[in-house]
Amino acid sequence: MIKAPIGSGKPAFWSVQNISYQAYRLKTRPELIIGVLALCFLSFVVLVPLLQIIQDAFTFQSYDLSYEPDGVVGSFTLFHIDRVFNQPISTALFYKPLLNSLKMGFAVTAIALVVGFSLAWLMVRTNVHFKGVFGAMLVFPYMMPSWVMAIAWLSLFKNDRIGGSEGLLTYLTGIQAPDWVAYGIFPIVITLALHYYAYAYLLISGALATVDSELEEAGATSGMGKWKRIRVITMPLLMPAIGSAIVLTFIRILGTFGTPALLGLPVRFFTFSTQIYASINARNQGDAFVLALVLIVLAISFIWINSRIIGVRKSYVTMTGKGFRKSESDLGKMRWPITILVILFLCMTVALPLILLLWESLTLIPGNYSISNLTTYFWNGKGNINLAYGEPGIIHNKGILEALFNSIKLGFAAALFNGVLGLLVGYAVVRGRGARLSKWLEAIAFAPYIFPSIALGAIYIGMFSTNIGPVPALYGTFTILVLITVIKNLPFTSRTGIAAILQIHQSLEEAARVQGIGWFRRMFRIIIPLSMSGLVAGMLLTFITAMRELSLIILLISPGNMVLTGLIFSYQEMDMSQHSSAVTLMLVLLIIVISVIVRLITRSAGVGRLNVT
Amino acid sequence: MGQILLDGIVKSYGKVVVVKNLDLTVQPGEFLTILGPSGCGKTTTLRMIAGLEEPDQGAIKLNDKVVFSRNNGVVVPPEARHLGLIFQSYALWPHMTVAKNITLALKEQKISKSEIAQRLENALDMVQLTGYAERYPSELSGGQQQRVAVARLIALRPSILLMDEPLSNLDAKLRTEMRASLKRLHRDLGATTVYVTHDQIEALTLSDRIIIMNEGQIMQEGSPYDIYHHPANIFVAEFIGDPGINLFKGTISNGMLDCGAISIPLPTTIANRGGNLIAGIRPEKIKVSETAKNGWQEVTTGILQPTGANTILEVKAEDIPITLLQTGFITLSENTPLWIDFETDALSFFDTQTQENLRNEVS
Repeated sequence: MIKAPIGSGKPAFWSVQNISYQAYRLKTRPELIIGVLALCFLSFVVLVPLLQIIQDAFTFQSYDLSYEPDGVVGSFTLFHIDRVFNQPISTALFYKPLLNSLKMGFAVTAIALVVGFSLAWLMVRTNVHFKGVFGAMLVFPYMMPSWVMAIAWLSLFKNDRIGGSEGLLTYLTGIQAPDWVAYGIFPIVITLALHYYAYAYLLISGALATVDSELEEAGATSGMGKWKRIRVITMPLLMPAIGSAIVLTFIRILGTFGTPALLGLPVRFFTFSTQIYASINARNQGDAFVLALVLIVLAISFIWINSRIIGVRKSYVTMTGKGFRKSESDLGKMRWPITILVILFLCMTVALPLILLLWESLTLIPGNYSISNLTTYFWNGKGNINLAYGEPGIIHNKGILEALFNSIKLGFAAALFNGVLGLLVGYAVVRGRGARLSKWLEAIAFAPYIFPSIALGAIYIGMFSTNIGPVPALYGTFTILVLITVIKNLPFTSRTGIAAILQIHQSLEEAARVQGIGWFRRMFRIIIPLSMSGLVAGMLLTFITAMRELSLIILLISPGNMVLTGLIFSYQEMDMSQHSSAVTLMLVLLIIVISVIVRLITRSAGVGRLNVT
Repeated sequence: MGQILLDGIVKSYGKVVVVKNLDLTVQPGEFLTILGPSGCGKTTTLRMIAGLEEPDQGAIKLNDKVVFSRNNGVVVPPEARHLGLIFQSYALWPHMTVAKNITLALKEQKISKSEIAQRLENALDMVQLTGYAERYPSELSGGQQQRVAVARLIALRPSILLMDEPLSNLDAKLRTEMRASLKRLHRDLGATTVYVTHDQIEALTLSDRIIIMNEGQIMQEGSPYDIYHHPANIFVAEFIGDPGINLFKGTISNGMLDCGAISIPLPTTIANRGGNLIAGIRPEKIKVSETAKNGWQEVTTGILQPTGANTILEVKAEDIPITLLQTGFITLSENTPLWIDFETDALSFFDTQTQENLRNEVS
C-alpha cells in the first residue's frame, strides 16, 4: 500500500482550515443555505409576532390610559390579564365568548364529522349511484367562503328583529322566524357544519380509499362479523384521518369569523373571533391580544388532548399510500333512497344557497321575492340615489372592481409565493433529513396550523402596525394580506412541497450533480418539472383559500387594500343584501371558473384528490 | 490521468463509524471492486469519492488534484470532479427522453451541437440502443434503462468511472449479459473504475483487484485469484465462495490437525506451532472416492444438490458437516459411505484468536 502524502486527520475547530472547509461545504450544500434563510424568515414572520403580542399583552399601552389614567405607558402590567379574566367585564369579554366558542366548536365538529364520515363511507364503500357527479359536488363547499351559507340562511330566515328587509320565509308565509332560528348558535352551528363537512369528507374518503379490503377479508376468514371487522380493523386504520379531521375542523371553527359575525352579532352572541374583532374595533388591542393568546393555547391543548384520546401521536398527518382493491357493499333496496337523500343534501348545501344568492341579488326592493320585483340593477345598474345609498351595480362599481382585482391579485400572489416557499422548504427539509435544521424548519413551517385564523390576524396587527428595523409598517398594505395568507397556508404547501420532493429520488439529483450540472439548472431542469403536478395542486388550493378568506384578513383590511370578501362583509353589515349576494356569487363563480381552467391546463390532481391534511 | 487516492478517510453518521481510517490507491485504468456485505461502508466510500458525502477526516486526490482535504480545508463539489457515476437505480430523469438524458450535461459544458449529436450517436451505438433516442425511460425495459445510464456516462467521457451496484436490479440472466458488457465498456474506455457490489461473482469476474470491506475496514485487498485462494482471515474466507468454505477447528498433534472425527495433514511449519488452529478448504478442493483408499477418511452422504454442471454434496464425518463440490450430475442415496482426501496445497490455516491467515505470519 502506497501511503498517499496528502495529509490526513482533522484540523482544530477554530483553525483557518476548518473555517474555510465549513465555508466551502456550505457553498456546495444549497439545502443548508435555503434552510437557514427559510428558518430566519419564518421565525421573523411566525415566532416574532407571537412574542410581540405576548409582550404587548403584558405592557401598559397608551390606549389603556382611559381606563387607568395613572398607568405608566410601556411598563409591565397585568392590567389586560386582569381585565380579561378577573373583572366584572370578564364575563362578557371572556367567559361567555369562551363558552360560545367551545359549544360552537364541539357541535360543529361533531356534526361535520358524522356527515363527512357517512358521505365518505357511501362514496367509497357502497354502490350508491352517480358517484362521479357527487364526488365533484361534495367538495364544492370547499371552494366557497364558509359564510356563504350564512348569507343564504339570512335570505331565508331573516326576521324583523334588526330592521330592514325580511327573508323569503316571511315573504312566502307571512311567518316571522323566531330569533333562535334566525340568529345565534343554532343557525351558526347548522351553516358551519354544512360547510365544514367537506373537510372531514375529503380526509376520511382519502383514508378509506387506502384501506385494503383484503385486510377486512382476512378478518372475515378468521371468523369476525361485519361490525366487528369495521370496529377492529377498519376504524383503527381510519383513526389518523378522523383525528386530523377533528383537529382541522375544530381549529378552523375557533378561528372562523364570518358566520358568527353575520348570524351572531345581531343578537349580541359573541364568540372569541367576534370578540377579538370587537375589541380591536374598540381600540382595546390588549384585550384582543390576550384573547388571541388564549385561543392559541386552546387550539394547542385541543390538539394535545385529541392526540391522547385518538392514540395517534401525529393525528393531523393524513394517511397516504397506493389505492388497493376495494370492495363495495351493495345497498340493495336502499340504493335509490340513499342516492336521493344525497341529492337532497347536495341541493340543500350547494344548489339552494347559490340560487338564494342569485335571487337575492336580482330583487329590486329587498324582502320582495316576486317575479315583478326582479331586476338586474345590482349587476349592471349605473347608480341611483334612491337605491342602496346610490351604490352602482357590480360592473359599474369602481370599489367592487378594485376589490375584485385585489382578490385575484391576492390569490395569484399567495399561490405563487406559497408554491415557491413550499418547494424550497420541501427541498431543504427533505435533503437535510436527519439534521436539526431540517426538523426545526419542518416544525416552524407547520406552526401557523395551530394559530386560529383570527388569532393570526391579531398577531399581525400587533407586529406590523409599526416599522421593525428595515421592514416598514405593513398595516393597511396589500403586502400584509399576501404575507399572512402565505403564512397561514404554509403548513399545507410545505407538506405538499415535502411530499413532492420525497417522490424525487435523491439519485436523480445526484446524477445531475456528478455530471457537472449546477444547482439552479438542477432545480429548473429536474426538481421543478418533476414536482410540478403536486406543486400546482397545492398552489391551486392556496389560490382558492386566498380568494375566499375572511377570518384571517378581516382585522387587516382597510379601504386601501379591500378585497371581495371584506367588501361582502361590509355590504352585509350595511344591510345591502343585494350587493353582498351579487358579489358573493361573483366570487364563487370566479373561484370555480379559475380552478376549472387551472385543472384543464395542468390536468393535475384536482381539488377532489387533494390532501387537505 | 485517472488515479484515485484515499488517505485516512473516516466517516461516521452520528455515533456509528461507517468508514474507519481507510487508505486506498486505485491505479490509472485499473478496475477495482469494493466488495462487502450491506452496511460495510462500501457505498459510502464510493459516494465520498464522488463528492456526494464528505468525510469527517482524511483527504482524497483524483487525477493528481486534491479534491478533498479536511486538514487543508479543501472541498471540490461533485459538479467539479468530472467523474462518471452509475447508480443502483440508474437515476434516469423520467421526464426526459433518452437523448435528453444523455445530452443534458453535455449542453452544460457548452460543447458544440454537432459534437453533442455525434457523442449521442456514438454512445447509443456502444450500448446498442440506436433508434431509442426519443423514447422515455418508462418505455424501456430494465436492461435498456441500465444501458441508457451507461450511455450517459460514455457520452461524458470521464477518466474515472464509479459504479454503485449497477446490476443489482436486473434478473439473473440479464446480469450475466450486462457483466460482460460492463467489462467491455471498461476495456474500450480505459477509464479507472471503482465498482461497488455485494455480489462476489461480479467482483471475481470483473475486477483487476478486489477490496473486501467489513464494518468500515479493509479486510483484504488483492487479485480475484488471491482473494479466493488465500483469504487473509476467516471473514474473507467465509464471505467468498459459493458453496462456502469448510472450516475445521482442531488441535495440532503428530503433524496433523485433530478435529475429532477427521484429521487434516499439516505442513511442517504449521505443525511445529502446536496448540489450536482453524483449517479451511474450499469444497472443490476435497477429493472424493466411492471406494475406500489408503489414508482417505470415511464420510456418509446427506443432502445432494445437483445444479447441472456441478453437484453440491453435504456429507458428514460423524457429527462434523463437510461440503463437497464435484463436477457432473451426481445422484446418490442418503447415508452412502464415501471417502475423502484434502488437497494439501489448497488448505488455509487461521489463528483461532486473531482469525488471521497464518500464511501472512509465516512469510
